[in-house]
Amino acid sequence: MNTQGQIVKVGIADMNIAKAPDKIRTSGLGSCVGVVLYDERSTIVGMVHVMLPDSSLGRTEVVNIAKFADTGIPAMVEQLKIEGILPFKLKAKIAGGAQMFQFSSTKDAMRIGPRNVEAVKEYLKKYSIPIIAEDTGGNSGRTIEFDPTTKLLNIRTVNQGVRNI
Amino acid sequence: MYDNKITSVHLDVLKEIGNIGAAHAATALSTLLNKKIDMKVPKVEMVSFDEMMDLAGGPERVVAGIYLRIEGDVTGSMFFVLPVEQANRFIRRLIQDESFDFQTGEVSEIGVSAMQELGNILSGSYLSALSDFTSLKIYPTVPALSVDMVGAIISFGLVELSHVSDYVIVIDTAINEKDVRNVESVKGHFFLLPDPESFEAIFKALGVS
Repeated sequence: MNTQGQIVKVGIADMNIAKAPDKIRTSGLGSCVGVVLYDERSTIVGMVHVMLPDSSLGRTEVVNIAKFADTGIPAMVEQLKIEGILPFKLKAKIAGGAQMFQFSSTKDAMRIGPRNVEAVKEYLKKYSIPIIAEDTGGNSGRTIEFDPTTKLLNIRTVNQGVRNI
Repeated sequence: MYDNKITSVHLDVLKEIGNIGAAHAATALSTLLNKKIDMKVPKVEMVSFDEMMDLAGGPERVVAGIYLRIEGDVTGSMFFVLPVEQANRFIRRLIQDESFDFQTGEVSEIGVSAMQELGNILSGSYLSALSDFTSLKIYPTVPALSVDMVGAIISFGLVELSHVSDYVIVIDTAINEKDVRNVESVKGHFFLLPDPESFEAIFKALGVS
């Protein structure tokens, strides 16, 4: 096979699955958290772009399950199960959860980045999915791209360059 | 409120708000920089979060973004977004330092402070015009500055709204900088994102229901 592969895009509050040689990417993560779920022995991976920690914060009926950590992670685990990947084999890499603006107020709404990270970790723990690598917090936006072949998560920032975790 | 009852009259009212607000802000900017600033006809659109990023040039576009929350009779978020190259030029002009650059490691404090003040003045003129026009009480928070990817910056302002919706009504006014030698299409944007429950107040204040 001599295919270059495409890039599968994941929007805000969105999720998707990619199969090698394709890669999967989400752009401009700020306070949102990008969660990659994968199995070492498979080249099928899932990515969720989590915007809010908890769907009970939503004041309307949940339409978009990918938006929340507590609904997005279980939904992705299910989707990967359909693809033949068993939940106990899953591993995670996560990035995002920055605080884009420095306010003097410490109101909860302003701390949305750290709260998203906490919620993501809590739900990964519920499924006993180990976090293999993370790049969270700080105050930089991130674009992340996961390669299902190498299992590397490429993280690009404006001010701190590029790195792989 | 959000999805079903918005008519073309409502959209016109929102456009007028963008018009009045941004006109005052553009005048303030023009005075500050002693430069001609053109303003586009405001657009009022209901867009998905991803489309919102595209309005500002795509999620990875590097911008200088000023963000503030609005409290009072109307609540919401406001952004003033400038492509970083344009922000650099504005600030160089303001602080008379040709070497200033937001994209170097050590950004000079005076430049950052000037950008914050620019945001302060522009958002202040936008919102006070809006307040005068509608007789609504509007209290802006102190503007915060971030130079980063537009997706990362704007998604923060969508957090509040994302609790109730996957769409956002955005009042978008673009500004152009006219230069005799190189005609530019680079644009800055004012984005006003009223919280869903605030539309009622805006329409009521202007006699539209």
